Amino acid sequence: MAAATARLGLLPFSRTLLWFRGALAALAAPGFLRTPTVRSSVTPAATPARDRLAACSRSRGFSSSSRPLSSDNKVTVNFINRDGTKLSVKGAIGDSLLDVVINQNLDIDGFGACEGTLACSTCHVILQEEVYNKLGPISDEEMDMLDLAYGLTDTSRLGCQICLTRSLEGITVRVPETAVDIRQPSDAGTTTSS
Amino acid sequence: ISLDLEQYVKSNSTTRGYWKCIVLCCVGVRKLSSTSGSYPLVCIVGGGPAGFYTAQHLLKSHPDIHVDIYERLPIPFGLVRFGVAPDHPEVKNVINTFTQTAQHKHCCFFGNVNIGRDVSVKELQEAYHAVVLSYGAEANRRLGIPGEDLLGVYSAKDFVGWYNGVPCNKDLQPDLSSDTAVILGQGNVALDVARMLLSPLDILKKTDVTQPSLEALAASHVHKVLIVGRRGPLQMACTIKELREMVNLPGTKPDMVTAEFEGIAEALKELPRPRKRLTELLLKAAQGSAGSAQATRQWGFRFLRSPVEIRPSSDVTRTAGIRLAVNRLEGSGENAQAVPTGEVEDLQCGLVINSIGYRSLPIDATVPFDPHKAVIPNTVGRVEQVAGLYCSGWVKRGPTGVIATTMNDSFDTARALLQDIEAGLLKLSTKKLGSKAIVTLLEKRGVNSVSFLEWEKINAEEVKRGGRAGKPREKLLDVEEMIKIAKT
Repeated sequence: MAAATARLGLLPFSRTLLWFRGALAALAAPGFLRTPTVRSSVTPAATPARDRLAACSRSRGFSSSSRPLSSDNKVTVNFINRDGTKLSVKGAIGDSLLDVVINQNLDIDGFGACEGTLACSTCHVILQEEVYNKLGPISDEEMDMLDLAYGLTDTSRLGCQICLTRSLEGITVRVPETAVDIRQPSDAGTTTSS
Repeated sequence: ISLDLEQYVKSNSTTRGYWKCIVLCCVGVRKLSSTSGSYPLVCIVGGGPAGFYTAQHLLKSHPDIHVDIYERLPIPFGLVRFGVAPDHPEVKNVINTFTQTAQHKHCCFFGNVNIGRDVSVKELQEAYHAVVLSYGAEANRRLGIPGEDLLGVYSAKDFVGWYNGVPCNKDLQPDLSSDTAVILGQGNVALDVARMLLSPLDILKKTDVTQPSLEALAASHVHKVLIVGRRGPLQMACTIKELREMVNLPGTKPDMVTAEFEGIAEALKELPRPRKRLTELLLKAAQGSAGSAQATRQWGFRFLRSPVEIRPSSDVTRTAGIRLAVNRLEGSGENAQAVPTGEVEDLQCGLVINSIGYRSLPIDATVPFDPHKAVIPNTVGRVEQVAGLYCSGWVKRGPTGVIATTMNDSFDTARALLQDIEAGLLKLSTKKLGSKAIVTLLEKRGVNSVSFLEWEKINAEEVKRGGRAGKPREKLLDVEEMIKIAKT
């Protein structure tokens, strides 16, 4: 709580408003967080959901943010941010975890730099073992990028490749630390990329 | 913020000033900081990924901070535009987030401004509360061997700059008339160069590779590319995505020396997953189970070889071959060292690409620089012994890593700067003129800066020209032409 309050001092006013809305909504309707319709000016990726590499195949008749708010086609996802903050949001079934982070405007630094095209590892997430085992197979392309992720674990995946299904209701997803100043070189070598 | 209040009260000692202060306190501290003009003014030198990510984090975290980005070229984005290979367009998606940052109301981009020549770092420090140096690595490591300056020998920096449209590389005219190319170094840049030399034209012609380069590559005679490293297969520095692209490159097949892989299969089980998968793929390629039988083009790695001399043709005008020292390994894993055995080996080739690393240069006599490591000495991005001066990106930690590495590094520097603001270390009470002061200097010195809106005109022109040729863009190669289009 102290950390959140300290951070508030540095956030733009519109995001402070967002935080209060979220807090009030949580108080008013326990266990059900409404999708905020106010989009902050803080930078999410510009590529619309429908144009990102479709890891999640479903028909996108309209963009995810205009989906009806009924709970039928949504599941709750709990993100544990790098500073330990828990972010509980609803995501549309068929959306990827990256879509959820962007649509919900979650404050996760640098998440999804390549906008879901398997050209980076910044959407690296760590899953609970039972959730990891439930997911489909990992493609070579995803594994190749995951191999570059800092703090790789046996239950790591790239968020842009995980599609929400009903069976993923209530999962907890941890966003791991990224390499900081005093870093150990990863074994694959940190080389210049193309 | 309480420090600012104290200063504000002291500097307004009249009764009116006192009452103004009380009223503003009631309205809110934020109002106070904007009317006293003590919002932080920061400038960033270098408009590449490091500069933009640093700016992005500062703007997101502080409501009043103003960030100006100065870039030497008229156009932004640095190595995202000039380094990332043409056939990797998805890696360039980060340009979208940089564009949003540049369009932020508290962010201003100034292209065509050479810090160190048009304006000094000292002048920036006088105009801004903090200066962040993010100007990257514009030079390259030299081989330091005879024949390095022969025709047919190029740094990877210049070769990549050539096919990616860096204005100062447009006249490189690399000699692609020989059958064999040798690339020294086995990092991802080396693999990019190999791929560009051997890719089918059908693939290349749909990318943003420059038209003159595309034509030169279409006329190229290079059929075989050897990628040479001084250590062994387990020390190879490239990553698996790039190796997989070589293995899957249409019209090519691998050509390796089986003897160089002795003992490697046995070492596999001890390796961490990333290195293990990389090595497994390499072994599969070495065993010749990749590539089509009809392939006319070949690529391969050569290990445990260090260059000692580049040998000229008999008329001494061009490259004819390279002499390599044969090494053995001392130690194992990442820390293994290459030790010469005394043996040498000669390879025939007409093209040599030096891909052993980029290198940063000092910008200004007043900024500390470590000539050995070729970086600015710093702690978490705070330049040593110079208050208010920071650095991020390659000039801070050396020229390695992917864009995400630079992103995290830039966020670290931004966080250090923000901590210093909060701790009152940046003397925000001192009124600074920011870009007003710099623009005045630029006008006096006849420098025509290019704004972000003007870059968007250049961008639109490039996309238009590219559209006619079925490419995402046709890059302008001439600075004068860029400025002309910017100013129409």
